[in-house]
Amino acid sequence: MNFVKTGLAASAAFLLMGALSLSAADLKIGVKSEPSSLDPQFHVLVPNVQVTFAMFDPLVMMDPKLVPKPALAESWKPTSDTVWEFALRKDAKFSDGSPLTADDVVFTFDRIPKVPNSPTAFTLFTRQIAKVEAADANTVRITTKQPYPLLVTDIANLPILSKAAASGPAAEGKTTVEFNRGEGLVGTGPFKFVSWQKGADLVLERNPNYWGKPAAWDKVIYRPMTNPAARAAALLSGDIDMMEDPPTTDLEQFKTNPKLTVAEAPGTRIVYIALDQKGEPSPGIPGQGNKNPLMDKRVREALSLAIDRKAIAERVMGGVAVATGDLLPEPMFGAVKARQAAPAVDTAKAKALLAEAGYPNGFQITLGTPNGRYVNDARVAQTIAAMWTRAGVKAEVAAAAPPVFFKSRDNFEYSAYLAAWGNSTGEMSTTLRSLVGTREPSKGSGTSNGGRYSNPELDALLDKASATMDDKARKELLQKADEMVLSDYGIIPVHFEVPVWALRKGLSYAARADQYTLPQDVTSAK
Amino acid sequence: MPVFIINRLFQALGVILVMSVLVFVGLYLIGDPTSMLVSPEATEIERQALRKALGLDQSIWVQYLTFLENAVQGDFGRSFLTGQPALQLIIERMPATVELVIVAMTFSVLVGVPLGILAGLRPKAPSSKAIMTGSILGFSLPNFWIGLMLIMLFAVYLGVLPASARGETVSVGPVALSILTVDGWQHLALPALTLGLAKAALMIRVTRAATREVLPMDYIKFARAKGLRPSRILNVHLLKNILIPIITVAGLEFGQAIAFAVVTESVFSWPGMGKLLIDSIITLDRPVVVAYLIMMVFFLVILNLVVDILYMAIDPSAREKVRD
Repeated sequence: MNFVKTGLAASAAFLLMGALSLSAADLKIGVKSEPSSLDPQFHVLVPNVQVTFAMFDPLVMMDPKLVPKPALAESWKPTSDTVWEFALRKDAKFSDGSPLTADDVVFTFDRIPKVPNSPTAFTLFTRQIAKVEAADANTVRITTKQPYPLLVTDIANLPILSKAAASGPAAEGKTTVEFNRGEGLVGTGPFKFVSWQKGADLVLERNPNYWGKPAAWDKVIYRPMTNPAARAAALLSGDIDMMEDPPTTDLEQFKTNPKLTVAEAPGTRIVYIALDQKGEPSPGIPGQGNKNPLMDKRVREALSLAIDRKAIAERVMGGVAVATGDLLPEPMFGAVKARQAAPAVDTAKAKALLAEAGYPNGFQITLGTPNGRYVNDARVAQTIAAMWTRAGVKAEVAAAAPPVFFKSRDNFEYSAYLAAWGNSTGEMSTTLRSLVGTREPSKGSGTSNGGRYSNPELDALLDKASATMDDKARKELLQKADEMVLSDYGIIPVHFEVPVWALRKGLSYAARADQYTLPQDVTSAK
Repeated sequence: MPVFIINRLFQALGVILVMSVLVFVGLYLIGDPTSMLVSPEATEIERQALRKALGLDQSIWVQYLTFLENAVQGDFGRSFLTGQPALQLIIERMPATVELVIVAMTFSVLVGVPLGILAGLRPKAPSSKAIMTGSILGFSLPNFWIGLMLIMLFAVYLGVLPASARGETVSVGPVALSILTVDGWQHLALPALTLGLAKAALMIRVTRAATREVLPMDYIKFARAKGLRPSRILNVHLLKNILIPIITVAGLEFGQAIAFAVVTESVFSWPGMGKLLIDSIITLDRPVVVAYLIMMVFFLVILNLVVDILYMAIDPSAREKVRD
């Protein structure tokens, strides 16, 4: 008899627990990887930044389409070519209840260069800044070293810390280790820190002092699940409410599943083919003596024409890619409207161009690609190689693990390689400077230009654009530069990767082009 | 005996040295960690600064000697990715793995040994044949697949068990354990079963083979002839003699599982150290990889030592050999 009673009591308790966990609004997110640290200024990396932006606000926040919107700064204006003033919101409070002041902002910028051991320091975004000062309690004045139109997009990457909470005896104030324990994690964002177990759940809860619209969730749990199949299974079983990057092979099934819904963002990550244009000979093109066929514009055009971008986007990428002929999607800053549609495949013309350039029988080429860095990267490369072969250029794919790929790329061992580039500024200048600007490491130009394309006219245009404060004039300069590279076939765009999330039915996500998973943008229909 | 142990420890040291050189050179050949760590937007200025900060601008041998010098003092370096001491990262993740493996191994021994003995005693019976066929499935199906199938069955269709993570844990000192809560057990069940099934299949086969070998021995026949109760023959004469291969295999499997439970851990998002190892290899986080493998070599050597000592406790002839 006793057994029965205990059993009943236990099952009642069990049911009650189930009911409770249903009524509390919790959001469990299966993320691809966990942050390397909770220190908001430790590592410029998507898993870190997306967690930071749930707890902290920047002065200016990018909206899902990468347009800067006021966050902690109500308004801003340049007062001269190099000086900007940001007016802070007067109602913004930290999660401990203390008000936000200009001193907190100054402290934040001060701490950035002092964080030790950072794998990618946030100085990336402060390089152009000469001075940050408090003009008064609610106004921050930032002076740049030279006229710098990208200041606003740069500071959109910098979450504002609380001076009182993040100060400490070390040079940088609270250390990275202390932040990882949850100390000093006091921000103005919609959520605040509860607990973090490395490798397991990171738990946040609603910040009652948030200045904006209160978040829909009492509690948010980020759970690192590296394996995509495991993430999908957990979503199907209701273990998690939302997952990053559902496998492209399951996507069709997810879209038709009545229990799930899928959110897609405009893609800004361009998958492209870089071609070696450094000189002659080229390492991956045997049998041509000392010649590098890729130096001929007609050959490059032929290679571009041979690619059926739409087929790749639909079949290889399962629809989560947008075929394109440009490096940045409309309406982002500097994109060219006429280039947006993917150029039609034209194998006959490609063959004709090759013959005209003196390669009627084509040539052999090796196409390098990482395997597992971008969505379906090696499969896309294999498809492109097959398309090239159809046009007469016998292409072989050299797929390698990402670290090996990057090493080979940096040693210029590829004649052609497939890679991708994510633009987080929403502006063409960063893309062009990095991918096709003449390689000049000390200037920060051509950092990812493994094809070593070099065009002095283009460099001059980019230099001019980066010192032009007037938006309209700068946009025109960038469009001209973009057009210049693309009509020269200096680089071959293939498609934009579309960031995808899968959620349980009834939830919706304002999917972000920068791929951040932000819990404050997940809403429930009920 | 002490000489025997000291010898073993010296051997371990040698293995660790050779392995650390291999890992160092291997990871160095694969590529440059900075290209994995640094944000693609970073310029050469940031890359150089990072290389310098991590000591990667030095030659490989200078890097190795620096590592050795620090390692002798117990410092295995800081993770490139998180900036935390590598050893601390591993130790933080260790309890989750150890807990999972202990549960899985206990399951495999409790299931595998009795079934193996059963199959060994009556090799021709249909039940024995069924057991043996089952065991073939058990170790030939990939772990990964079993894990996903269990998730599909228990978590997606039946909805009775969770598909991921550790569940509620209770802290015992610095160690968080799942086995002390109902919720923890629910989370533990599927990963432990996944890991334990293949091990159980192996235990069945080992036990059966040992049983078949021991059964025709004279002392079993003699015990039978003397009219001893079958349960006594089984529990004393048979079991004691088949224990040696079982302990050997169980010990080795235990070590293997601790060091490389990675597949199961990543399928179930179990926050153990196997996952840490794979993530670290992918990001070329050398300090963590080296520290991990050194710990594992050390651990496996100790484990073998324990197995050998257990032998001596069970088998008098092994004791004689050591004395010689």
